[in-house]
Amino acid sequence: MWSELRALREDVDYGTPPRDGEAVTLTVDGVPVTVAAGSSVMLAAAAAGRPVVKLCATDMLEAFGSCRVCLVEIEGRRGFPASCTTPVEPGMAVRTDTPRLAELRAGVMELYLSDFPAEDVLGGWSELHEVIATTGVSSHRYGPGENHLAAPVDDSNPYFLFDPAKCIVCSRCVRACEEVQGTFALTIQGRGFESKVVASQGEPFLDSECVSCGACVQACPTQSLVEKSLFEGGYRSADPAQA
Amino acid sequence: MVCVPRDSTALSVGADAVAAAIAAEAVRRGLPVEIKRTSSRGLFWLEPLVEVPTAAGAVGYGPVEPEEVPGLFEAGFLQGGRHSRSLGPVAQIPFLARQERLIFGRAGVTDPQSLAEYQAHGGLAGLRRALSMAPAAVVDEVHASGLRGRGGAAFPTGIKWRTVAGAQAPCKYVAVNADEGDSGTYSDRMVMEGDPFLLLEGMAIAAYATGASHGYIYVRSEYPHAVAALEAALATLRAAGWYGARVQGSDFSFDAEVRVGAGAYICGEETAMIESIEGKRGMIRYKPPLPALKGLFGMPTVVNNVVSLASVPAILDRGAQFYADYGMGRSRGTLPIQLAGNVKRAGLVEKAFGVTLRELIEDFGGGTRSGRPVRAVQVGGPLGAYFDASLLDLPLDYEALAQHKGMAGHGGIVVFDDTVDMAEQARYAMAFCAIESCGKCTPCRVGSTRGRELIERIVRGERPRENHAQLLKLCDVMENASLCALGGMAPWPVLSALKYFPEDFGLPSERQPAHVV
Repeated sequence: MWSELRALREDVDYGTPPRDGEAVTLTVDGVPVTVAAGSSVMLAAAAAGRPVVKLCATDMLEAFGSCRVCLVEIEGRRGFPASCTTPVEPGMAVRTDTPRLAELRAGVMELYLSDFPAEDVLGGWSELHEVIATTGVSSHRYGPGENHLAAPVDDSNPYFLFDPAKCIVCSRCVRACEEVQGTFALTIQGRGFESKVVASQGEPFLDSECVSCGACVQACPTQSLVEKSLFEGGYRSADPAQA
Repeated sequence: MVCVPRDSTALSVGADAVAAAIAAEAVRRGLPVEIKRTSSRGLFWLEPLVEVPTAAGAVGYGPVEPEEVPGLFEAGFLQGGRHSRSLGPVAQIPFLARQERLIFGRAGVTDPQSLAEYQAHGGLAGLRRALSMAPAAVVDEVHASGLRGRGGAAFPTGIKWRTVAGAQAPCKYVAVNADEGDSGTYSDRMVMEGDPFLLLEGMAIAAYATGASHGYIYVRSEYPHAVAALEAALATLRAAGWYGARVQGSDFSFDAEVRVGAGAYICGEETAMIESIEGKRGMIRYKPPLPALKGLFGMPTVVNNVVSLASVPAILDRGAQFYADYGMGRSRGTLPIQLAGNVKRAGLVEKAFGVTLRELIEDFGGGTRSGRPVRAVQVGGPLGAYFDASLLDLPLDYEALAQHKGMAGHGGIVVFDDTVDMAEQARYAMAFCAIESCGKCTPCRVGSTRGRELIERIVRGERPRENHAQLLKLCDVMENASLCALGGMAPWPVLSALKYFPEDFGLPSERQPAHVV
C-alpha cells in the first residue's frame, strides 16, 4: 500500500527545505551537484540522485538531526556528520555509501527495531519500512528488553489514531504541529528512554489543543500517527508478547 | 575573631551548629567574639574547620563538633591555644601548602559577600586592567594564556571569544554554564558560594572583550546557596557601579541574571542549556551553527564554564605569561581538581597541569579512606574513563589522558578500592545515560537502555560472548552516531571497565577488544 501512497506524490522529498543562496558546487559519491548556499548535504545528495536514507528529516520541516541514519562521510572531516544538519560547502566531497556507514546505519536501525513491534517489521508500509528495505536490516540482536509495545493506543480523535508502539520519537509530528500548523499542541514528555510524544499535558488527542489538521499524520514516518480510514474492520495494536 | 565556613559542604557537617555554639559559649563567658562566616578552604575532611587569626597567621581546629566548643574556649583557642583538634597554622597543612591557587586564593579567607575584602585580596584588578585595554587586546591576552574550557571540552577560550567578538549582531550574550552535574565535582559551586565576585568579574571581562551586553548564569537547582550568593553579589556590584549601565563611568554597559535549572544533567551541555534558558525543554541543538555565532535567542553567545571565567581575572591582572607559565604541553594554567569517592582526604586541589593521578590520590588524598588498595579511578565525571592502578602515573594533561581514551573533563576524580564491582560501574554508566539522555537522538535514547540490558546479561552469564560482541557494536554506534557527547562518551567508562577489569564481567582477559586503546 505504501508504494501506491508514495506514488501519489510526484515530487522528491529532499529531506530539508530549499534555500535561496549563491550556487555552491560539491560532489556526492563523485557526482557533481550545484545547490544554493545554506542547503544541507542531504538536499544536495538527493539533487545529485544519491539520496541518503532518513527518518526524522522531510523537506516540509527544518532539519532536526535526531534519527542518525543519514550519516555521511566528508573528505577531510573527522567522524560521521548527519547530512541533514550539515550545510554544503564549495568543493566538498561527500560519500553516502561506504562499508563503515552501512555498519553504523545498521547499528542504528537495530536500535529502532529493538523497540518496534516485530510482527510489523516486514510487509509494512511507511518510510521506516522503506529504510528497512534500503538498509536490509530487518531484525536485531538485543533480545527482549524494555520497550513501549504495551503503551495504549490513543484513538480518541475521530480521524486518526496514535499508536506509541510504532513511534520512533523523531519529533516530526511535534515539529509539524509547530512549523506547519502553528498549533503547538504536541510535545515530547519525559527524557531518555521514557521520552514520548504527548498531546498538550499528556491528554488524549481529542481533549488536547489539537485541531485535527492532520499535519502530524502526514509527517509521521512510521504510521504511528495514522488515518483510521485505512483500517477496515478496526486497528490491531501490537502484541507486547512479540517483543 | 573566629572564622567558620558557610560553604555547603561545611554546612552539611554542622558548621552552623558550631558557629551557634561558639556564639553561645562566648555569651556565657562574657567574651566579645566576632564570628566571621567565610568560604571553605576545600579541605573537606576537616570540616567544620574553625580558624582563628593570630600574629603567626590563621590557626585551625577541625573537624569541630558543637559539643567540643566549650573545650576549645578552655584551651584558649581565641588566642590560638592547643587543643586535640588543633591543626596548627592552616597555610602549613601540606594538602594546602602544596597547591597552586590562582583561582581559589581567597577560599576560606574572605567573607564571600564582602566586596571590600574581595578588593583587599586582589579582586577587580583584572577587570580594571581589562577596561583600560581595547576589547581585542583582552581577547588576545586570554588567548595567549592558553586557557581552555574547564567544563570538559577544553576548547581554547580565546578562540571562542574571538569568534563572538568578530560576529556582527544587534546584541550578544555571555552565558555561564554553572550546571555542574558531574559526579564528585564541586569546584563551580565553591566559586559561586565562596567567591561569587570572582565569577562575576570574569563574566564582565568576557562581556567587555566580546561586546556582550547581557549575561545569564545557569545554575543547577541543587545549588540553592550558590544562587543566593550570586544574587546578593550581583546586587552589591550593581550598587558599586561595576554592573549595570556605564560600568565605572565607561561606555561599557553590562548586566546579568541568574537562571535556575530543573534537574537535568543534559542542560550542562551548552546547546541544551541555551534551550533551557530560552524557556524550552533542554534538548540538544545540532552544530553548526556554533553558539558563538548563533546561540542564545539566535545571537552570538559566549558560553563558558564557571571555572573558565574564574580563571580570567588572574590572567588579566597578572598577564597571560604568568598564567601560561603554569602547566604542561598544551594544558596551561591550573585546574581545580576535586577528589572524591573512597579517599582519605577528600577536597579541592588547585594545581598546575602535569600533576600525576598518583600524587593527587596518594600525596594529597592520602590513599583510600577504607585503607584498602586503589583499584580503579574515574577521571572527568560519569562519562570519563576508568583507569586501573597501573595508570596512576599519568599526568593530568588533556592530551596525555586522551591518549588513553580518557579526559580531564571538569577535574573530578573518583577513587575506588579493591571491593569495587566494575561491571556494576559500567552498568551504571549506561543507566545514568538512559536517565539523563535528552531523548532526541536514537543511539543515546535507546542505546543506553540496551547497553544496560546487555551488561546485565553478560554478568548473569547469558550468552556472554555474543552479548559482549553486541555491546562493543553498540558502543561503536553510540560513540560515532550520537548527536552529542552524552551518548558519544557514555561508552568510555564501559569500554575502559571492559578493558581493564574484564574479570568483573566474568569475561576472560584475553578477549579484550582490539580497537580499545
